[in-house]
Amino acid sequence: MNALDVTLWVVAPYVALTIFVLGHVWRYRYDKFGWTTRSSQMYESRLLRIGSPLFHFGILVVALGHVGGLVIPKSWTEAVGVSEHAYHLTAVVFGTVAGICTVGGLAILVYRRRTVGPVFTATTRNDKLMYALLALTIVLGLAATVVANIVGGGYDYRTTISPWFRSVFYLQPDGEPMAGAPILFKLHALSALVLFSVWPFTRLVHMLTAPVGYLTRPYIVYRSRDDQAGSRPPRRGWEPAGRP
Amino acid sequence: MRVMAQLAMVMNLDKCIGCHTCSVTCKQAWTNRAGTEYVWFNNVETRPGQGYPRTYEDQDKWKGGWELNRRGRLQLKAGGRLKKLLTIFANPLMPSIGDYYEPWTYDYDRLFSAPVTEDTPVARPRSLITGEPTKIKWSANWDDDLAGAPELAPADPVLRKVSDQVKLEFERTFMFYLPRICEHCLNPSCVASCPSGAMYKRSEDGIVLVDQDRCRGWRMCVTGCPYKKVYFNHRTGKAEKCTFCYPRVEVGIPTVCSETCVGRLRYIGLILYDADRVAEAASVRDEKALYEAQKSVMLDPHDPQVIAAARAAGIPEDWLEAARRSPIHKLIFDFGVALPLHPEYRTMPMVWYIPPLSPVVDVLRETGHDGERAGNLFGAIETLRIPIGYLAELFTAGDPEPVRAALRRLAAMRSFMRGINLGGERDESIPAAVGLKPEEIEEMYRLLAIAPYAERYVIPNAHAEEGARLEELATGCSLDYEGGPGMGGPFGEASGLPAPVAVENFHALKERQATDDLDRASELRGRVNLLNWDGKGAPDGLFPKRKDKS
Ligand code: SF4
Ligand code: SF4
Repeated sequence: MNALDVTLWVVAPYVALTIFVLGHVWRYRYDKFGWTTRSSQMYESRLLRIGSPLFHFGILVVALGHVGGLVIPKSWTEAVGVSEHAYHLTAVVFGTVAGICTVGGLAILVYRRRTVGPVFTATTRNDKLMYALLALTIVLGLAATVVANIVGGGYDYRTTISPWFRSVFYLQPDGEPMAGAPILFKLHALSALVLFSVWPFTRLVHMLTAPVGYLTRPYIVYRSRDDQAGSRPPRRGWEPAGRP
Repeated sequence: MRVMAQLAMVMNLDKCIGCHTCSVTCKQAWTNRAGTEYVWFNNVETRPGQGYPRTYEDQDKWKGGWELNRRGRLQLKAGGRLKKLLTIFANPLMPSIGDYYEPWTYDYDRLFSAPVTEDTPVARPRSLITGEPTKIKWSANWDDDLAGAPELAPADPVLRKVSDQVKLEFERTFMFYLPRICEHCLNPSCVASCPSGAMYKRSEDGIVLVDQDRCRGWRMCVTGCPYKKVYFNHRTGKAEKCTFCYPRVEVGIPTVCSETCVGRLRYIGLILYDADRVAEAASVRDEKALYEAQKSVMLDPHDPQVIAAARAAGIPEDWLEAARRSPIHKLIFDFGVALPLHPEYRTMPMVWYIPPLSPVVDVLRETGHDGERAGNLFGAIETLRIPIGYLAELFTAGDPEPVRAALRRLAAMRSFMRGINLGGERDESIPAAVGLKPEEIEEMYRLLAIAPYAERYVIPNAHAEEGARLEELATGCSLDYEGGPGMGGPFGEASGLPAPVAVENFHALKERQATDDLDRASELRGRVNLLNWDGKGAPDGLFPKRKDKS
């Protein structure tokens, strides 16, 4: 491993991870009001109704696939009797279908952003950067899968990329396996790292507050005025009396 | 019994002149910001008409409110929790800006900058959404005063329910105004629809608010509200709605719309209700029984048992006193003239209406009868099918009886009081015919016709012990304004901390005070501070400051 590899596969992941976590904490504390999907459905819904579910459901499957491929070690799946071939087949089929949905959805959404006047006007520079990085990462990911598996006859990233990915979280980073991965996978990983480091500062933050709690909470929410004494917590020394 | 207090409103439709003052002052106070151009927390509709947004009452199309499922349990008409989450990426039932209208401004600058020509320069309309020149095709009250009614009114969902021959009888039609704000429902389907739990009903006074810090822009509340009174701020990506002017009512002054109402037709007061029985009452099977069911949830503030339970629930004494003096309770129960708007949506709305007698009086007058005589009025109320049917579709899910009863009482008040005012003769048979005592009619007359300020608005102060920090409570609508403290954070507009209401007011006030000449008046952004105007004198900022005393 040369210095470049160490920078890319050992230093950069931690930098991205730190920005991702601290960025979200900071954003949540400082900018709750800006934490929104900023939906543009009011302006246009015909294209959105095709593109948005296609993209979102696609990316959810893709995300699940990443968990399956990166987080779960190969030895585990084999222990429960899933052969490399079976795993590979499922991964490629699901991955490609979901990937194509995602890219198709994204294409529709980008087209909509560009061509529908009001949506375009509501697009900030921040959004444009986010879209570019997101599209790049997704396209590289799909390309890597397609090139490696279909054209190239298969690449077992579970012996190289996955161990690297996990090693980062074990805090024993090992860039070695990643340094040998095909270039498309490397580019995909790098662009993802960049995406993660801008993530907390874009509207992608809405993902982190996906409202799954809705499934279990009571329908009607009551809140008392003193739930929240003001729009911000009292400053030190200004706490109201009678509270421990 | 779990007693809760609810601030409620009643509007006396007979007195509404359709001047839109309430809408304009409300807008000036709350929604004169970018992104809320099309947002009218208060709007005034001409009925028959399509309403705002267009045909919002057509719940087959918009699926707002609640319905009963096969097992007779309440469920959101737009679908349950899972369906909500699955359609979160593109809400199929969300009105588009076209269903409201495309807000616009005019190219006023052209009037000054145009070169000298033969023709008068024209300020062309420009869309506030795209910034491009636009054609104005619709607005919040496009069909005002039945404008275009022969074409537009047949699409009125209420009218379609009433009768097919209405179209034929259109020349002899009737008309009245319906001012609408959020109903601050007892069973709010907007709150139930919000996936993030950002919307809530305040347990002290029942005001329904959107927590701007928790709203994530999932847009489900817009679909959930059958009255379409939650709006989506398309610039900030957050939902906003009528706040019942909570900073005002907390200190005991009425909402801006009530304060400025030209007809003095709005009443504000407390209602005590049994929160444990709301769901049960909202799920009675027969839609026509919902009006009575909702009444049965409301408690009698004079009943010692209720008082004891209310004390146990921590409702302070001054609030109980206010509930006993509440004009709302009187109008709903003692006089029996106020009715809920669309109880069939099962949200238990808390802005009620006194149905207008004027369509009936108008018909009588047009046919050459004395529109003030009890006999004539009673007869007409029995026989006039169309106005009564229409009002019944609005207020009692189609049951004409409560509407007739309310109108009979209004008619009785009219002719009884006319007798007194003209001849001094008290025809006691008139009150008896509607089941009221003469003194009751006179009390009702005092409340409806003379309507002294302190009797129209019985609003208890928020707990004194909460003191000054109440004014910092910015859980509701954010009042950021362009260039203000909350706008233009690092993530584009409206990011960063929201400005607490008091801070915003403070900024607006300071800005006005610091401006010493008219040259800079344009920088005031035309803000007149109505939010903290108490109804006396002229509101701050309405007139420019005098230059000097001399
Ligand atoms: S009227 Fe108001 S409280 Fe009722 S559902 Fe609509 S927004 Fe919610
Ligand atoms: S201000 Fe009063 S009279 Fe005028 S439209 Fe509004 S409710 Fe009607």
